[in-house]
Amino acid sequence: MCPGARCRCDGRAGQMRRSALSIAEAERLTYRGQLATGIYRKRRSLRLVGRIGGAALAVGTWCGCDGIQSALEPAGREAEQLADLFWWMAAGTLVIWLAVLGLAVYSVRVDPERGKRRENLFIITFGAVVPTVVLTGLLAYGLAILPGQVALAPEGALKISVDGELWWWRVHYETPGGNSVQLANEVRMPVGQPVQFELRSSNVIHSFWIPSIGGKKDMIPGRINRLALTPTKTGTYRGICAEYCGTSHALMGFFAVVLEQDEFSAWLNRQMQDAPEPANELATRGRELFMANGCGACHAIRGTSATGAIGPDLTHVGSRLSIGAGTLPTTRNNLVKWIGRVHQVKPGVLMPHFGMLQEEDLQAIAAYLEGLK
Amino acid sequence: MTGDSERAESADVKPLAHEPAEAVRRGQEERLRKVWVTPSGWHYWSAVNNTIVGVWYTAAAFLFFLFGGVLALLMRVQLAVPENTFLSAETYNQVFTVHGSVMMFLFAIPVFESIAVIFLPQMLGARDLPFPRLSAFGFWCFILGGVFLSGSILFDAAPRGGWFMYPPLTSKYQPGTGADMWLLGFSFIEIAAIAAAVELIVGTLKCRPPGMRINLIPLYCWYVLVAAAMVLFAFPPLIAGSMLLELERAFDWPFFDAGRGGDPLLWQHLFWLFGHPEVYIIFLPSIAIIAMIIPTFAGRPIVGYTWIVLAAVGTGFISFGLWVHHMFTTGLPGISLGLFSAASEAVAIPTGVQIFCFLATLAAGRLVRSVPMLFTAGALAIFVLGGLTGVMVALATFDFQAHDTFFVVAHLHYVLIGGAVFPIVAGCYYFFPLINGKKLSDRLGKIAFWFMFVGFNIAFLPMHFTGLRGMPRRVFTYPEGLGFETLNMISTVGAFILGIGIAIVTWDIVRPKKRVPYAERNPWNAGTLEWLPNMPSENWGVRSIPEIDSRYPLWQQPNFVRDVDQGRFYLPDAEEGKRETLVTTAIDSRPVQCLRLPGPSFIPAVAALTMGGFFILGTFYLWIPALISLVVAIGVIWYWLWIGTAVLPEKEEKDVGLGLKLPLYLSGPASVGWWAMFIMMLAVLTAFVCLIFSYFFYWTIHDDFPPESATGPGVFWPCLAGGLLLASWGMTLLARRWNRANKTGAFYVALLLALGLALAGGAAILAGPWLTGLNPKSHVYPAIVWLLAIWTALHAAVGALMHAYCLASRLAGRMSARHDIDMWNVTLFWHFVALTAGITVAVIAGFPLVK
Repeated sequence: MCPGARCRCDGRAGQMRRSALSIAEAERLTYRGQLATGIYRKRRSLRLVGRIGGAALAVGTWCGCDGIQSALEPAGREAEQLADLFWWMAAGTLVIWLAVLGLAVYSVRVDPERGKRRENLFIITFGAVVPTVVLTGLLAYGLAILPGQVALAPEGALKISVDGELWWWRVHYETPGGNSVQLANEVRMPVGQPVQFELRSSNVIHSFWIPSIGGKKDMIPGRINRLALTPTKTGTYRGICAEYCGTSHALMGFFAVVLEQDEFSAWLNRQMQDAPEPANELATRGRELFMANGCGACHAIRGTSATGAIGPDLTHVGSRLSIGAGTLPTTRNNLVKWIGRVHQVKPGVLMPHFGMLQEEDLQAIAAYLEGLK
Repeated sequence: MTGDSERAESADVKPLAHEPAEAVRRGQEERLRKVWVTPSGWHYWSAVNNTIVGVWYTAAAFLFFLFGGVLALLMRVQLAVPENTFLSAETYNQVFTVHGSVMMFLFAIPVFESIAVIFLPQMLGARDLPFPRLSAFGFWCFILGGVFLSGSILFDAAPRGGWFMYPPLTSKYQPGTGADMWLLGFSFIEIAAIAAAVELIVGTLKCRPPGMRINLIPLYCWYVLVAAAMVLFAFPPLIAGSMLLELERAFDWPFFDAGRGGDPLLWQHLFWLFGHPEVYIIFLPSIAIIAMIIPTFAGRPIVGYTWIVLAAVGTGFISFGLWVHHMFTTGLPGISLGLFSAASEAVAIPTGVQIFCFLATLAAGRLVRSVPMLFTAGALAIFVLGGLTGVMVALATFDFQAHDTFFVVAHLHYVLIGGAVFPIVAGCYYFFPLINGKKLSDRLGKIAFWFMFVGFNIAFLPMHFTGLRGMPRRVFTYPEGLGFETLNMISTVGAFILGIGIAIVTWDIVRPKKRVPYAERNPWNAGTLEWLPNMPSENWGVRSIPEIDSRYPLWQQPNFVRDVDQGRFYLPDAEEGKRETLVTTAIDSRPVQCLRLPGPSFIPAVAALTMGGFFILGTFYLWIPALISLVVAIGVIWYWLWIGTAVLPEKEEKDVGLGLKLPLYLSGPASVGWWAMFIMMLAVLTAFVCLIFSYFFYWTIHDDFPPESATGPGVFWPCLAGGLLLASWGMTLLARRWNRANKTGAFYVALLLALGLALAGGAAILAGPWLTGLNPKSHVYPAIVWLLAIWTALHAAVGALMHAYCLASRLAGRMSARHDIDMWNVTLFWHFVALTAGITVAVIAGFPLVK
């Protein structure tokens, strides 16, 4: 068997725990918490394989048994196919590489009189015939899965359009029922069903990639690219922009959460509603400050007078796992940091910083936003 | 085919039977030494000889390599730990852009050409390449552009769009001079690189020793020939693309602006149409070094010479059909993905053939262990793994995951460091005695090898997994907890170990060698001509130009070294005090001319400086000073051609020895200048074809091309222009004929008419878009029509300038009925003008009618 099989087994305990996450738990988890879970699992798996031996340890560290952004721990139909393809090719590569080195050593060691015999046969066999056969086989395998990788999702699938912005994601849900809603910087999907992504950009080229669930596809101005993904395991994964898109390309991430169908429907229903009223005095003052400082010119919060379309929609910003497109976990302190010193958090960001506001004003705005569950 | 069977049967030309008298030899050597002397003092920098300029060129490329390496180490420090603040985002983006660009444009390409400039003449038993001043010009352009571009990072003004420069990021979202610097600076360097490629091609085809038929050419020269030919067709797409992008940046012509009919994907097509062959342009000349090293240390001729040549040529061809595999994630249809996957896999086969030819040679010989062989072995181990991961990413499906991640970073470094850096270091240790007569240190070489080999693998092997664990390329930071930390730290440690290895090599090269004894002659006991020189060597190259009838003459031709040394072959003397070499026919290498070569001069440096002024001033949008610099450059080049080329000889023929009399002046297809013009124009035509490709790319992909509102350029003006330019072409042909027939009056009239028609035609082609009110900023259609018109008009203008040059030349008595090189070359240029004008008119006037 290919080494991948063992690898994925190693990660199974973690996956089971993740699949048991209820939506409420998922939302309680902070960004750091998410990542910390990853670290915890890595250490555990290291301890596990550490007992098996040094060689296995190397595999355990390198093959990506954990990691919520790993193509080697697939959680989607497309990613599973590609991970299998990789492990087969990796094994083949190792064999061929050793064989070539073996032949090289043989060539150096062999007696020249013997070496001179059948030179042409040697060259043709190993230089042309063997590669042709191997490559043909590989091509047959690799291209056999191509149609499934580029096919559209069936009619009636959930449609999510994602616009690459500088440097965040504008997300737009359209349900088969005909409802639609604009969100930002987070994608949630029901498990086991194909989702049709429509990828666009009105600025520079980006690339939409959730390694655990499937391959990437570019977002190119003037075009609409389509990508169908079928998540197979519930859990929280991380996506990232894969095409260099300028200053803060590195800080253009997002979380992709795969939920059971009913949890997903409940979540989407909540996202479609207008923003909740502020829960306390501080948050109420935060809303006033939000409006008074012109935040609504760029940001929309449905149900209020803030209808800006330049920046991310903030209607349910408090319910998201991260702010700043996967840059910081959604906590009040981070919201304060973001609003007051956004230029330091995210170099080149288009949003002006509000460092001129008093600390307590920033706290109030942050409290308001944090409450937008 | 083995090495023993290809000895030519008709080695009918024998060296002089008797040794020339001692006094005669002394006199010959004295005169040769005087003619080929390297200028001293500050005039040293006016040298143009290949052995001097080639070494400058290589040293400069190596310095840029070290500079790029330092940038790489900066990146590795930044990525060693998550959320590092060692470099800011802006700085990091500049650093990775400059690292990639420097390694590709200022190291990999130039070093191939510079090593070839040094060794090609020596392997071909020539005294120099046919256009020494062109090599010098290329070097000065390179150093000027390279320093300008690299220096920009010290002023925080470097390009930051990635070495691939994808618009619209680089067209609208990155103000400042960085991107302009990249576009104009590298275009300038690429033009110089094309000039060098022309030189190498003509050198290989026309300056071989007598008898070195096409199947006896040393493998290195074959590889260089293939790579240089690839440069001709690979660089023009990038130059054309850079032109489009710079026009968009500087003048708002919307070639890549989707809002005005443009298309960002066009850039990707043009860029990778260059970018993929580029990989093989780097790889082939490097593996060529291995093809020279292996027979030497196996002690026998290469096995499968013909296979290797065919494989190299095949690789060259196939490499132009792979570019789309850099665009697998752009949303192309499945059929394209499948076809380009298959083509990309196919290129592994010729590569495999070459590697197994090398192994077969080792099997058939008895290996002598040495530092060059050590690096060769390392190159093989690394490159094969890079090739295998290349097979993986060539599959579109796997590429959906691997593309733009650290997996690709690992893959490309395995290919380029295994396929180029290790072979070049191997070559460094192998060829070094030819540079200053001394060997590099075996001990340091071995230490350096193990540092480099181990460090490289520690740095880059983990990156495969970093990438598949989800780390994209070109990120200045990454968060904790995603599983990237350990892998990145290992890579950083490995990078520094690799750095130490390279530092040791550098030290070995630059350390004072006063006490190191001179190596013995032909220290590795090699079989090819470059090992003829004494240690240290003389500037003249070969003492006499030998008759060749084998692939390894030092092994296979009896008394060969003695005969060469004693001047028993061709051109043993410099009676007239002129630098000379032989020109032979391209296929069977029969001597046809004794070519006079130009000597030291500052003109190439001045031409490079003024030409560079145009590009550098253009970077800052200082168009008026830039144009002044260009006009001065044209003047300098005119002067250069006027005093240094097509010089009338004092006699028609010269006795080159062994009873052979050769003409000193040939024109038309028999002359090297005609070949250079033809080859150069192929590159220019390729750039033009890329512009036409762009027109049809818009045409096929976009429904609004041409837009409904397009008013021009109409049919009348373009057709008039086409007629005028074709008439000018006809007049040019007549002028050449009447010049040959010595009908002086008719010649002047025809040439004057041709000049006038050319200017009128150029004006008429511009009148089309001008008078029909096409605004190039409004939409991509008027922009591309304008560009095609301007391109054609520029051709007409240069053609007219050439007419004027010929007029002046004949008036001044530099050209005569018999000595008509200039007229032939200008006519050749005009063939291409006619072709360009015809295609432009058909496209811009004809195709709107089809729609």
